[in-house]
Amino acid sequence: MEYTASADDGSTDDATITVLVHRLGADDTLPEIDPGEGWAKNDAFAIGAWRSGLMRVDRNDEKGRDVGHQVIAVNGTPIAPGGQVQTEFGRVGMSPKGTLNFEPTKGWQMEPIWLPSPEAVMARLKDIASEGYRGSTLWQHLGFSLFRVVVGFALGALVGIPLGYAMGLSGWFRGWFDPIVEFMRPVPPLALIPLVIIWAGIGEAGKIILLFLAALWIMAIAARAGVSGVNITKVHAAYSLGASKFQIMRYVIVPNSLPEIFTGARVAMGVCWGRWSPPNWWRRKRAQA
Amino acid sequence: MSGLLIENLSMRFDLPNGGHVQALQDVSLDLAAGELLSVLGPSGCGKTTLLNIVAGFLAPTDGQITLNGHAVIGPDAERGMVFQQGALFEWMSVRENVSFGPRMKGQREQEYGQAVDHLLDIVGLQDFKEKAIYELSGGMQQRVALARCLANDPDVILMDKPLGALDALTREKMQSLVLKLWKETGKTIILITHSVEEALLLGERLLVMAPRPGRIHREYRLPFADLGVGQDLREVKKHPEFATRREEILGMIWDMEEEIMGRSEADQ
Repeated sequence: MEYTASADDGSTDDATITVLVHRLGADDTLPEIDPGEGWAKNDAFAIGAWRSGLMRVDRNDEKGRDVGHQVIAVNGTPIAPGGQVQTEFGRVGMSPKGTLNFEPTKGWQMEPIWLPSPEAVMARLKDIASEGYRGSTLWQHLGFSLFRVVVGFALGALVGIPLGYAMGLSGWFRGWFDPIVEFMRPVPPLALIPLVIIWAGIGEAGKIILLFLAALWIMAIAARAGVSGVNITKVHAAYSLGASKFQIMRYVIVPNSLPEIFTGARVAMGVCWGRWSPPNWWRRKRAQA
Repeated sequence: MSGLLIENLSMRFDLPNGGHVQALQDVSLDLAAGELLSVLGPSGCGKTTLLNIVAGFLAPTDGQITLNGHAVIGPDAERGMVFQQGALFEWMSVRENVSFGPRMKGQREQEYGQAVDHLLDIVGLQDFKEKAIYELSGGMQQRVALARCLANDPDVILMDKPLGALDALTREKMQSLVLKLWKETGKTIILITHSVEEALLLGERLLVMAPRPGRIHREYRLPFADLGVGQDLREVKKHPEFATRREEILGMIWDMEEEIMGRSEADQ
Protein backbone atom coordinates (compact mmCIF):
# COMPACT_ATOMS: atom_id res chain seq x y z
CA MET A 1 0.00 0.00 0.00
CA GLU A 2 1.08 3.58 -0.31
CA TYR A 3 0.99 6.32 2.23
CA THR A 4 1.28 10.03 2.00
CA ALA A 5 3.10 11.88 4.75
CA SER A 6 3.43 15.56 5.47
CA ALA A 7 5.97 17.41 7.58
CA ASP A 8 6.07 20.78 9.41
CA ASP A 9 7.61 22.50 6.43
CA GLY A 10 4.43 21.76 4.46
CA SER A 11 6.09 19.27 2.11
CA THR A 12 4.39 15.96 1.37
CA ASP A 13 5.83 12.73 0.00
CA ASP A 14 4.55 9.27 -0.92
CA ALA A 15 6.14 5.94 -0.01
CA THR A 16 5.22 2.25 -0.32
CA ILE A 17 4.74 -0.16 2.60
CA THR A 18 5.28 -3.84 1.96
CA VAL A 19 3.79 -6.17 4.53
CA LEU A 20 4.65 -9.86 4.77
CA VAL A 21 1.83 -11.82 6.42
CA HIS A 22 3.39 -14.99 7.74
CA ARG A 23 2.29 -18.14 9.57
CA LEU A 24 2.51 -17.79 13.33
CA GLY A 25 5.82 -18.97 14.68
CA ALA A 26 7.34 -19.21 11.22
CA ASP A 27 10.53 -17.30 10.40
CA ASP A 28 9.77 -13.81 9.28
CA THR A 29 12.48 -12.52 7.04
CA LEU A 30 11.65 -9.03 5.94
CA PRO A 31 11.50 -8.72 2.20
CA GLU A 32 14.30 -6.66 0.63
CA ILE A 33 12.89 -3.38 -0.61
CA ASP A 34 14.20 -0.39 -2.39
CA PRO A 35 14.11 2.75 -0.16
CA GLY A 36 12.69 4.76 -3.11
CA GLU A 37 12.64 8.44 -3.90
CA GLY A 38 11.86 11.46 -1.69
CA TRP A 39 12.21 11.99 2.04
CA ALA A 40 9.62 9.35 2.90
CA LYS A 41 11.25 6.01 2.41
CA ASN A 42 9.54 2.73 1.52
CA ASP A 43 8.94 0.38 4.51
CA ALA A 44 8.72 -3.35 5.08
CA PHE A 45 6.96 -5.09 7.99
CA ALA A 46 6.12 -8.66 8.96
CA ILE A 47 2.82 -9.44 10.70
CA GLY A 48 1.54 -12.88 11.81
CA ALA A 49 -1.68 -14.21 10.39
CA TRP A 50 -4.75 -13.47 12.61
CA ARG A 51 -2.68 -10.77 14.38
CA SER A 52 -2.15 -7.09 13.83
CA GLY A 53 0.98 -5.00 14.05
CA LEU A 54 2.17 -1.42 14.39
CA MET A 55 3.86 0.14 11.39
CA ARG A 56 6.19 2.99 12.45
CA VAL A 57 6.64 4.29 8.93
CA ASP A 58 8.34 7.47 10.14
CA ARG A 59 11.35 5.64 11.57
CA ASN A 60 13.29 5.34 8.36
CA ASP A 61 12.03 8.58 6.85
CA GLU A 62 14.34 11.58 6.50
CA LYS A 63 11.85 13.89 8.19
CA GLY A 64 10.90 12.18 11.44
CA ARG A 65 8.35 13.04 14.12
CA ASP A 66 10.69 15.68 15.49
CA VAL A 67 9.86 17.76 12.46
CA GLY A 68 6.15 16.99 12.47
CA HIS A 69 6.03 13.79 10.35
CA GLN A 70 2.41 12.91 9.97
CA VAL A 71 0.69 10.36 7.76
CA ILE A 72 -2.24 12.08 6.10
CA ALA A 73 -3.46 9.46 3.62
CA VAL A 74 -3.28 5.75 2.84
CA ASN A 75 -3.69 4.71 -0.78
CA GLY A 76 -4.86 8.25 -1.41
CA THR A 77 -7.65 8.08 1.18
CA PRO A 78 -7.22 10.68 3.91
CA ILE A 79 -6.67 9.26 7.39
CA ALA A 80 -6.59 10.98 10.79
CA PRO A 81 -5.73 9.72 14.31
CA GLY A 82 -8.44 7.26 15.40
CA GLY A 83 -9.55 6.70 11.82
CA GLN A 84 -9.11 3.72 9.50
CA VAL A 85 -8.87 2.82 5.83
CA GLN A 86 -9.85 -0.50 4.25
CA THR A 87 -7.34 -1.77 1.74
CA GLU A 88 -7.50 -4.80 -0.47
CA PHE A 89 -5.44 -6.85 1.98
CA GLY A 90 -6.73 -5.68 5.29
CA ARG A 91 -7.56 -2.79 7.55
CA VAL A 92 -5.17 0.06 8.22
CA GLY A 93 -5.91 1.96 11.38
CA MET A 94 -4.33 4.97 13.00
CA SER A 95 -3.75 5.23 16.74
CA PRO A 96 -4.59 8.46 18.57
CA LYS A 97 -0.88 9.27 18.48
CA GLY A 98 -0.71 8.90 14.73
CA THR A 99 0.94 5.50 14.38
CA LEU A 100 -0.37 3.20 11.66
CA ASN A 101 -1.34 -0.35 12.44
CA PHE A 102 -2.31 -3.06 10.03
CA GLU A 103 -4.67 -5.99 10.48
CA PRO A 104 -4.46 -8.37 7.53
CA THR A 105 -7.73 -9.84 6.26
CA LYS A 106 -8.40 -13.13 8.04
CA GLY A 107 -9.87 -14.83 4.99
CA TRP A 108 -11.88 -18.03 5.52
CA GLN A 109 -9.42 -19.83 7.73
CA MET A 110 -10.12 -20.21 11.43
CA GLU A 111 -7.47 -19.46 13.96
CA PRO A 112 -6.15 -22.80 15.34
CA ILE A 113 -6.84 -21.82 18.96
CA TRP A 114 -10.60 -22.02 18.29
CA LEU A 115 -10.52 -25.33 16.47
CA PRO A 116 -7.14 -27.05 16.34
CA SER A 117 -6.57 -29.52 13.54
CA PRO A 118 -6.67 -33.23 14.43
CA GLU A 119 -2.95 -33.60 13.91
CA ALA A 120 -2.30 -30.68 16.25
CA VAL A 121 -4.50 -32.38 18.85
CA MET A 122 -2.63 -35.67 18.46
CA ALA A 123 0.71 -33.88 18.70
CA ARG A 124 -0.40 -32.09 21.87
CA LEU A 125 -1.66 -35.36 23.35
CA LYS A 126 1.71 -36.99 22.70
CA ASP A 127 3.35 -33.99 24.22
CA ILE A 128 1.26 -34.11 27.40
CA ALA A 129 1.55 -37.89 27.64
CA SER A 130 5.33 -37.76 27.56
CA GLU A 131 6.03 -34.51 29.37
CA GLY A 132 2.94 -33.97 31.48
CA TYR A 133 0.87 -30.84 31.90
CA ARG A 134 1.51 -28.15 34.47
CA GLY A 135 3.95 -30.23 36.39
CA SER A 136 2.03 -33.50 36.62
CA THR A 137 2.00 -36.42 34.23
CA LEU A 138 -1.07 -37.32 32.22
CA TRP A 139 -1.54 -40.41 34.40
CA GLN A 140 -1.59 -38.34 37.55
CA HIS A 141 -4.25 -36.10 36.02
CA LEU A 142 -6.28 -39.11 34.90
CA GLY A 143 -5.79 -40.76 38.28
CA PHE A 144 -7.21 -37.76 40.07
CA SER A 145 -10.21 -37.61 37.76
CA LEU A 146 -10.83 -41.32 38.25
CA PHE A 147 -10.46 -40.96 42.00
CA ARG A 148 -13.06 -38.20 42.09
CA VAL A 149 -15.51 -40.16 39.95
CA VAL A 150 -15.12 -43.35 41.97
CA VAL A 151 -15.32 -41.68 45.37
CA GLY A 152 -18.24 -39.43 44.33
CA PHE A 153 -20.13 -42.36 42.85
CA ALA A 154 -19.39 -44.65 45.80
CA LEU A 155 -20.64 -42.07 48.30
CA GLY A 156 -23.72 -41.47 46.16
CA ALA A 157 -24.49 -45.19 46.06
CA LEU A 158 -23.75 -45.59 49.76
CA VAL A 159 -26.33 -42.98 50.72
CA GLY A 160 -28.67 -43.31 47.73
CA ILE A 161 -29.35 -47.07 47.85
CA PRO A 162 -30.41 -47.19 51.52
CA LEU A 163 -32.47 -44.04 50.97
CA GLY A 164 -34.16 -45.64 47.96
CA TYR A 165 -34.82 -48.84 49.91
CA ALA A 166 -36.31 -46.87 52.78
CA MET A 167 -38.52 -44.99 50.32
CA GLY A 168 -39.62 -48.21 48.64
CA LEU A 169 -40.42 -49.96 51.92
CA SER A 170 -41.90 -47.24 54.10
CA GLY A 171 -44.69 -44.86 53.25
CA TRP A 172 -43.34 -42.41 55.82
CA PHE A 173 -39.98 -42.18 54.08
CA ARG A 174 -41.59 -41.96 50.68
CA GLY A 175 -43.83 -39.14 51.85
CA TRP A 176 -40.92 -37.10 53.18
CA PHE A 177 -38.24 -37.80 50.63
CA ASP A 178 -40.14 -38.25 47.37
CA PRO A 179 -40.63 -34.49 46.85
CA ILE A 180 -36.98 -33.80 47.65
CA VAL A 181 -35.65 -36.51 45.37
CA GLU A 182 -38.03 -35.67 42.55
CA PHE A 183 -37.13 -31.99 42.90
CA MET A 184 -33.38 -32.53 42.95
CA ARG A 185 -33.25 -35.22 40.26
CA PRO A 186 -33.83 -32.98 37.23
CA VAL A 187 -31.47 -30.25 38.50
CA PRO A 188 -28.39 -30.45 36.29
CA PRO A 189 -25.32 -30.99 38.48
CA LEU A 190 -23.59 -28.20 36.58
CA ALA A 191 -26.16 -25.78 37.97
CA LEU A 192 -25.01 -26.72 41.47
CA ILE A 193 -21.40 -25.75 40.80
CA PRO A 194 -21.71 -22.18 42.16
CA LEU A 195 -23.38 -23.41 45.35
CA VAL A 196 -20.85 -26.18 45.84
CA ILE A 197 -17.95 -23.79 45.31
CA ILE A 198 -19.42 -21.37 47.85
CA TRP A 199 -20.03 -24.13 50.40
CA ALA A 200 -17.01 -26.32 49.91
CA GLY A 201 -14.49 -24.28 47.98
CA ILE A 202 -12.68 -25.34 44.86
CA GLY A 203 -10.66 -28.08 46.52
CA GLU A 204 -11.07 -31.82 46.26
CA ALA A 205 -14.06 -31.83 48.65
CA GLY A 206 -16.17 -29.58 46.43
CA LYS A 207 -15.53 -31.69 43.36
CA ILE A 208 -16.44 -34.89 45.14
CA ILE A 209 -19.58 -33.33 46.62
CA LEU A 210 -20.69 -32.35 43.12
CA LEU A 211 -20.22 -35.88 41.79
CA PHE A 212 -21.87 -37.27 44.93
CA LEU A 213 -24.92 -35.10 44.22
CA ALA A 214 -24.93 -36.26 40.61
CA ALA A 215 -24.98 -39.95 41.63
CA LEU A 216 -27.17 -39.72 44.74
CA TRP A 217 -30.60 -39.10 43.20
CA ILE A 218 -30.12 -41.56 40.38
CA MET A 219 -29.15 -44.31 42.81
CA ALA A 220 -32.01 -43.47 45.20
CA ILE A 221 -34.57 -43.62 42.41
CA ALA A 222 -33.12 -46.85 41.02
CA ALA A 223 -33.23 -48.52 44.44
CA ARG A 224 -36.77 -47.29 45.06
CA ALA A 225 -37.90 -48.59 41.66
CA GLY A 226 -36.17 -51.92 42.37
CA VAL A 227 -38.02 -52.34 45.65
CA SER A 228 -41.43 -51.29 44.37
CA GLY A 229 -40.93 -53.55 41.35
CA VAL A 230 -40.91 -56.69 43.51
CA ASN A 231 -43.93 -58.77 42.59
CA ILE A 232 -46.11 -58.95 45.70
CA THR A 233 -46.79 -62.65 45.09
CA LYS A 234 -43.07 -63.32 45.61
CA VAL A 235 -43.23 -61.64 49.00
CA HIS A 236 -46.42 -63.55 49.84
CA ALA A 237 -44.84 -66.80 48.70
CA ALA A 238 -41.81 -66.16 50.90
CA TYR A 239 -44.05 -65.35 53.88
CA SER A 240 -46.05 -68.54 53.46
CA LEU A 241 -42.78 -70.48 53.22
CA GLY A 242 -41.97 -69.25 56.70
CA ALA A 243 -39.49 -66.47 55.93
CA SER A 244 -39.11 -63.68 58.45
CA LYS A 245 -39.19 -59.99 57.50
CA PHE A 246 -35.41 -59.83 57.52
CA GLN A 247 -35.13 -63.00 55.41
CA ILE A 248 -37.59 -61.59 52.89
CA MET A 249 -35.45 -58.46 52.66
CA ARG A 250 -32.25 -60.47 52.31
CA TYR A 251 -33.43 -63.26 49.98
CA VAL A 252 -36.31 -61.71 48.03
CA ILE A 253 -36.32 -57.91 47.94
CA VAL A 254 -32.59 -57.25 47.62
CA PRO A 255 -31.88 -59.81 44.86
CA ASN A 256 -35.05 -58.79 43.05
CA SER A 257 -34.00 -55.12 43.06
CA LEU A 258 -30.39 -55.67 41.97
CA PRO A 259 -31.03 -55.42 38.20
CA GLU A 260 -32.62 -51.98 38.70
CA ILE A 261 -29.75 -50.90 40.94
CA PHE A 262 -27.14 -51.97 38.40
CA THR A 263 -28.98 -50.06 35.69
CA GLY A 264 -28.99 -47.04 37.98
CA ALA A 265 -25.29 -47.52 38.70
CA ARG A 266 -24.50 -47.52 34.99
CA VAL A 267 -26.45 -44.34 34.43
CA ALA A 268 -24.91 -42.68 37.50
CA MET A 269 -21.39 -43.69 36.44
CA GLY A 270 -22.00 -42.18 33.03
CA VAL A 271 -23.29 -38.96 34.55
CA CYS A 272 -20.29 -38.81 36.92
CA TRP A 273 -17.86 -39.26 34.03
CA GLY A 274 -19.68 -36.56 32.15
CA ARG A 275 -19.32 -34.24 35.13
CA TRP A 276 -15.69 -34.69 35.96
CA SER A 277 -14.49 -32.22 33.40
CA PRO A 278 -16.09 -29.11 34.97
CA PRO A 279 -14.43 -29.80 38.33
CA ASN A 280 -11.19 -30.06 36.43
CA TRP A 281 -11.75 -26.68 34.89
CA TRP A 282 -11.85 -25.07 38.31
CA ARG A 283 -8.29 -26.06 38.77
CA ARG A 284 -7.31 -24.36 35.56
CA LYS A 285 -9.25 -21.25 36.46
CA ARG A 286 -7.41 -21.13 39.74
CA ALA A 287 -4.09 -21.53 38.02
CA GLN A 288 -4.88 -18.68 35.71
CA ALA A 289 -6.20 -16.37 38.40
CA MET B 1 -58.84 -80.86 67.06
CA SER B 2 -57.31 -81.32 63.71
CA GLY B 3 -58.41 -79.70 60.49
CA LEU B 4 -59.27 -76.26 59.25
CA LEU B 5 -62.27 -74.47 60.67
CA ILE B 6 -63.59 -71.29 59.08
CA GLU B 7 -66.30 -69.55 61.05
CA ASN B 8 -68.58 -66.72 59.90
CA LEU B 9 -65.90 -65.11 57.80
CA SER B 10 -66.72 -61.66 56.39
CA MET B 11 -64.54 -59.31 54.45
CA ARG B 12 -65.39 -55.75 53.54
CA PHE B 13 -63.16 -53.50 51.47
CA ASP B 14 -63.65 -49.77 51.94
CA LEU B 15 -63.27 -47.82 48.74
CA PRO B 16 -61.60 -44.41 48.55
CA ASN B 17 -64.87 -42.85 47.32
CA GLY B 18 -66.58 -43.76 50.59
CA GLY B 19 -68.36 -46.86 49.30
CA HIS B 20 -67.43 -50.42 50.09
CA VAL B 21 -67.36 -53.88 48.58
CA GLN B 22 -68.61 -56.87 50.52
CA ALA B 23 -66.15 -59.46 49.21
CA LEU B 24 -67.20 -62.20 51.60
CA GLN B 25 -70.24 -62.59 53.82
CA ASP B 26 -70.66 -65.12 56.53
CA VAL B 27 -68.59 -67.91 55.02
CA SER B 28 -68.28 -70.98 57.22
CA LEU B 29 -66.46 -74.16 56.38
CA ASP B 30 -65.15 -77.18 58.21
CA LEU B 31 -62.34 -79.01 56.50
CA ALA B 32 -60.96 -82.26 57.98
CA ALA B 33 -57.28 -83.05 57.74
CA GLY B 34 -56.42 -84.60 54.39
CA GLU B 35 -59.47 -83.31 52.58
CA LEU B 36 -59.24 -81.91 49.07
CA LEU B 37 -61.55 -78.99 48.47
CA SER B 38 -61.98 -77.16 45.20
CA VAL B 39 -63.61 -73.76 45.06
CA LEU B 40 -65.46 -72.56 41.99
CA GLY B 41 -67.40 -69.44 41.19
CA PRO B 42 -67.81 -66.57 38.76
CA SER B 43 -65.15 -63.89 38.84
CA GLY B 44 -65.54 -61.47 41.71
CA CYS B 45 -67.13 -64.00 44.07
CA GLY B 46 -64.37 -63.69 46.65
CA LYS B 47 -62.56 -67.00 46.03
CA THR B 48 -59.11 -65.44 46.02
CA THR B 49 -60.00 -63.18 48.95
CA LEU B 50 -61.00 -66.29 50.91
CA LEU B 51 -57.70 -67.94 50.10
CA ASN B 52 -55.70 -64.84 50.98
CA ILE B 53 -57.42 -64.67 54.36
CA VAL B 54 -56.72 -68.34 55.05
CA ALA B 55 -53.10 -67.76 54.00
CA GLY B 56 -52.93 -64.82 56.39
CA PHE B 57 -52.15 -62.11 53.83
CA LEU B 58 -55.44 -60.37 54.65
CA ALA B 59 -57.12 -59.91 58.00
CA PRO B 60 -60.88 -60.56 57.84
CA THR B 61 -63.35 -57.89 58.91
CA ASP B 62 -65.24 -60.51 60.87
CA GLY B 63 -65.08 -64.17 61.80
CA GLN B 64 -62.15 -66.40 62.53
CA ILE B 65 -60.10 -69.29 61.23
CA THR B 66 -58.77 -72.10 63.35
CA LEU B 67 -56.15 -74.59 62.21
CA ASN B 68 -55.50 -77.65 64.39
CA GLY B 69 -57.00 -75.87 67.35
CA HIS B 70 -55.18 -72.53 67.19
CA ALA B 71 -56.30 -69.29 65.60
CA VAL B 72 -54.79 -68.24 62.29
CA ILE B 73 -53.12 -64.82 62.44
CA GLY B 74 -50.82 -63.78 59.61
CA PRO B 75 -48.92 -65.95 57.14
CA ASP B 76 -47.10 -69.01 58.38
CA ALA B 77 -45.19 -72.01 57.04
CA GLU B 78 -48.01 -74.31 58.23
CA ARG B 79 -50.13 -72.92 55.36
CA GLY B 80 -48.26 -73.21 52.08
CA MET B 81 -49.44 -71.40 48.98
CA VAL B 82 -49.09 -72.19 45.28
CA PHE B 83 -49.69 -69.19 43.03
CA GLN B 84 -50.82 -69.06 39.44
CA GLN B 85 -47.44 -67.75 38.31
CA GLY B 86 -44.68 -65.27 39.05
CA ALA B 87 -44.00 -66.45 42.58
CA LEU B 88 -40.77 -68.37 41.93
CA PHE B 89 -37.47 -66.71 42.77
CA GLU B 90 -35.76 -66.25 39.40
CA TRP B 91 -32.37 -65.54 40.96
CA MET B 92 -32.24 -69.02 42.48
CA SER B 93 -31.84 -72.41 40.83
CA VAL B 94 -34.68 -74.95 40.87
CA ARG B 95 -33.18 -76.73 43.86
CA GLU B 96 -32.60 -73.49 45.76
CA ASN B 97 -36.24 -72.59 45.16
CA VAL B 98 -37.47 -75.94 46.44
CA SER B 99 -35.22 -75.82 49.50
CA PHE B 100 -36.15 -72.20 50.31
CA GLY B 101 -38.53 -73.07 53.17
CA PRO B 102 -36.16 -75.42 55.01
CA ARG B 103 -33.28 -73.00 54.52
CA MET B 104 -35.31 -70.15 56.01
CA LYS B 105 -35.88 -72.34 59.07
CA GLY B 106 -32.12 -72.55 59.39
CA GLN B 107 -31.81 -76.17 58.27
CA ARG B 108 -28.59 -77.36 56.70
CA GLU B 109 -28.11 -79.27 53.46
CA GLN B 110 -27.68 -82.55 55.40
CA GLU B 111 -31.08 -82.06 57.01
CA TYR B 112 -33.18 -81.09 54.02
CA GLY B 113 -31.11 -82.52 51.13
CA GLN B 114 -32.75 -85.93 50.94
CA ALA B 115 -36.30 -84.68 51.27
CA VAL B 116 -35.75 -82.04 48.61
CA ASP B 117 -34.22 -84.53 46.18
CA HIS B 118 -37.10 -86.92 46.82
CA LEU B 119 -39.60 -84.15 46.00
CA LEU B 120 -37.69 -83.25 42.85
CA ASP B 121 -37.96 -86.93 41.87
CA ILE B 122 -41.71 -86.99 42.47
CA VAL B 123 -42.35 -83.90 40.34
CA GLY B 124 -39.89 -85.19 37.71
CA LEU B 125 -37.37 -82.37 37.88
CA GLN B 126 -34.32 -84.24 39.17
CA ASP B 127 -32.50 -83.55 35.88
CA PHE B 128 -33.34 -79.86 36.02
CA LYS B 129 -32.46 -79.09 39.62
CA GLU B 130 -29.48 -76.88 38.81
CA LYS B 131 -31.28 -75.02 36.02
CA ALA B 132 -32.44 -71.43 36.28
CA ILE B 133 -36.17 -70.76 36.50
CA TYR B 134 -36.34 -69.01 33.13
CA GLU B 135 -35.00 -72.13 31.44
CA LEU B 136 -38.10 -74.10 32.44
CA SER B 137 -41.45 -74.38 30.68
CA GLY B 138 -44.61 -73.12 32.36
CA GLY B 139 -45.60 -76.62 33.51
CA MET B 140 -42.16 -77.27 34.95
CA GLN B 141 -42.29 -73.97 36.79
CA GLN B 142 -45.57 -74.94 38.43
CA ARG B 143 -44.05 -78.29 39.41
CA VAL B 144 -41.24 -76.35 41.09
CA ALA B 145 -43.86 -74.28 42.91
CA LEU B 146 -45.62 -77.47 44.10
CA ALA B 147 -42.36 -79.05 45.24
CA ARG B 148 -41.29 -75.84 46.98
CA CYS B 149 -44.54 -75.77 48.88
CA LEU B 150 -44.31 -79.45 49.86
CA ALA B 151 -40.68 -79.16 50.95
CA ASN B 152 -41.89 -77.01 53.80
CA ASP B 153 -44.24 -79.80 54.93
CA PRO B 154 -47.25 -77.53 55.54
CA ASP B 155 -50.50 -78.75 57.11
CA VAL B 156 -52.64 -77.04 54.51
CA ILE B 157 -51.80 -76.28 50.89
CA LEU B 158 -53.61 -73.37 49.29
CA MET B 159 -53.64 -73.32 45.52
CA ASP B 160 -54.70 -70.14 43.73
CA LYS B 161 -55.55 -71.17 40.15
CA PRO B 162 -52.29 -73.13 40.07
CA LEU B 163 -52.87 -74.53 36.59
CA GLY B 164 -54.64 -71.52 35.11
CA ALA B 165 -51.71 -70.36 33.01
CA LEU B 166 -50.89 -73.75 31.48
CA ASP B 167 -51.83 -75.18 28.10
CA ALA B 168 -54.51 -77.89 27.99
CA LEU B 169 -52.16 -80.88 27.68
CA THR B 170 -49.79 -79.80 30.42
CA ARG B 171 -52.77 -78.99 32.52
CA GLU B 172 -54.12 -82.53 32.35
CA LYS B 173 -50.76 -83.98 33.37
CA MET B 174 -50.52 -81.53 36.23
CA GLN B 175 -54.01 -82.46 37.42
CA SER B 176 -52.89 -86.08 37.75
CA LEU B 177 -49.77 -84.88 39.58
CA VAL B 178 -51.84 -82.86 42.06
CA LEU B 179 -54.00 -85.91 42.79
CA LYS B 180 -50.93 -88.08 43.20
CA LEU B 181 -49.30 -85.64 45.58
CA TRP B 182 -52.53 -85.31 47.54
CA LYS B 183 -52.76 -89.09 48.04
CA GLU B 184 -49.07 -89.54 48.79
CA THR B 185 -48.72 -86.71 51.25
CA GLY B 186 -52.20 -86.70 52.77
CA LYS B 187 -52.24 -82.90 52.93
CA THR B 188 -55.34 -80.79 53.31
CA ILE B 189 -55.68 -78.87 50.06
CA ILE B 190 -57.85 -75.93 49.05
CA LEU B 191 -57.77 -75.36 45.30
CA ILE B 192 -59.28 -72.41 43.51
CA THR B 193 -60.02 -72.76 39.84
CA HIS B 194 -62.00 -71.24 37.02
CA SER B 195 -62.44 -74.55 35.26
CA VAL B 196 -65.51 -76.59 36.15
CA GLU B 197 -63.88 -79.79 34.92
CA GLU B 198 -60.82 -79.18 37.04
CA ALA B 199 -62.95 -78.45 40.07
CA LEU B 200 -64.83 -81.71 39.57
CA LEU B 201 -61.69 -83.77 38.97
CA LEU B 202 -59.68 -82.32 41.82
CA GLY B 203 -62.40 -81.80 44.39
CA GLU B 204 -63.26 -84.39 46.95
CA ARG B 205 -65.48 -81.60 48.10
CA LEU B 206 -66.55 -78.83 45.78
CA LEU B 207 -67.67 -75.39 46.84
CA VAL B 208 -69.60 -73.17 44.44
CA MET B 209 -69.52 -69.55 45.52
CA ALA B 210 -71.87 -66.74 44.52
CA PRO B 211 -70.85 -63.11 44.08
CA ARG B 212 -71.97 -59.79 45.57
CA PRO B 213 -71.62 -60.45 48.38
CA GLY B 214 -69.26 -63.42 48.12
CA ARG B 215 -70.89 -66.38 49.83
CA ILE B 216 -71.14 -70.15 49.65
CA HIS B 217 -73.84 -71.07 47.18
CA ARG B 218 -73.71 -74.83 47.16
CA GLU B 219 -71.48 -77.63 48.33
CA TYR B 220 -70.90 -81.05 46.76
CA ARG B 221 -69.17 -84.23 47.82
CA LEU B 222 -67.75 -85.96 44.78
CA PRO B 223 -66.20 -89.34 44.05
CA PHE B 224 -64.01 -88.23 41.11
CA ALA B 225 -60.87 -87.24 42.99
CA ASP B 226 -60.63 -90.67 44.54
CA LEU B 227 -61.37 -92.32 41.20
CA GLY B 228 -58.74 -90.20 39.51
CA VAL B 229 -55.87 -91.29 41.73
CA GLY B 230 -53.67 -93.57 39.65
CA GLN B 231 -56.11 -93.52 36.76
CA ASP B 232 -56.30 -91.75 33.46
CA LEU B 233 -58.37 -88.63 34.07
CA ARG B 234 -60.02 -89.01 30.68
CA GLU B 235 -61.58 -92.24 31.98
CA VAL B 236 -62.93 -90.36 34.98
CA LYS B 237 -64.53 -87.82 32.69
CA LYS B 238 -66.51 -90.65 31.05
CA HIS B 239 -68.23 -91.35 34.38
CA PRO B 240 -71.96 -90.73 33.84
CA GLU B 241 -72.24 -88.54 36.90
CA PHE B 242 -69.38 -86.34 35.70
CA ALA B 243 -71.26 -84.93 32.74
CA THR B 244 -74.42 -84.37 34.79
CA ARG B 245 -72.54 -82.51 37.50
CA ARG B 246 -70.61 -80.46 34.97
CA GLU B 247 -73.76 -79.30 33.21
CA GLU B 248 -75.48 -78.59 36.49
CA ILE B 249 -72.62 -76.45 37.84
CA LEU B 250 -72.02 -74.70 34.52
CA GLY B 251 -75.68 -73.76 34.40
CA MET B 252 -75.49 -72.51 37.98
CA ILE B 253 -72.53 -70.27 37.22
CA TRP B 254 -74.10 -69.01 33.99
CA ASP B 255 -77.19 -68.02 35.90
CA MET B 256 -75.06 -66.09 38.38
CA GLU B 257 -73.17 -64.32 35.63
CA GLU B 258 -76.43 -63.36 33.97
CA GLU B 259 -77.82 -62.12 37.22
CA ILE B 260 -74.74 -59.91 37.68
CA MET B 261 -75.11 -58.56 34.17
CA GLY B 262 -78.79 -57.85 34.77
CA ARG B 263 -77.99 -56.12 38.03
CA SER B 264 -75.32 -53.96 36.37
CA GLU B 265 -77.78 -52.98 33.67
CA ALA B 266 -80.39 -52.14 36.28
CA ASP B 267 -77.81 -49.98 38.07
CA GLN B 268 -77.26 -47.88 35.02
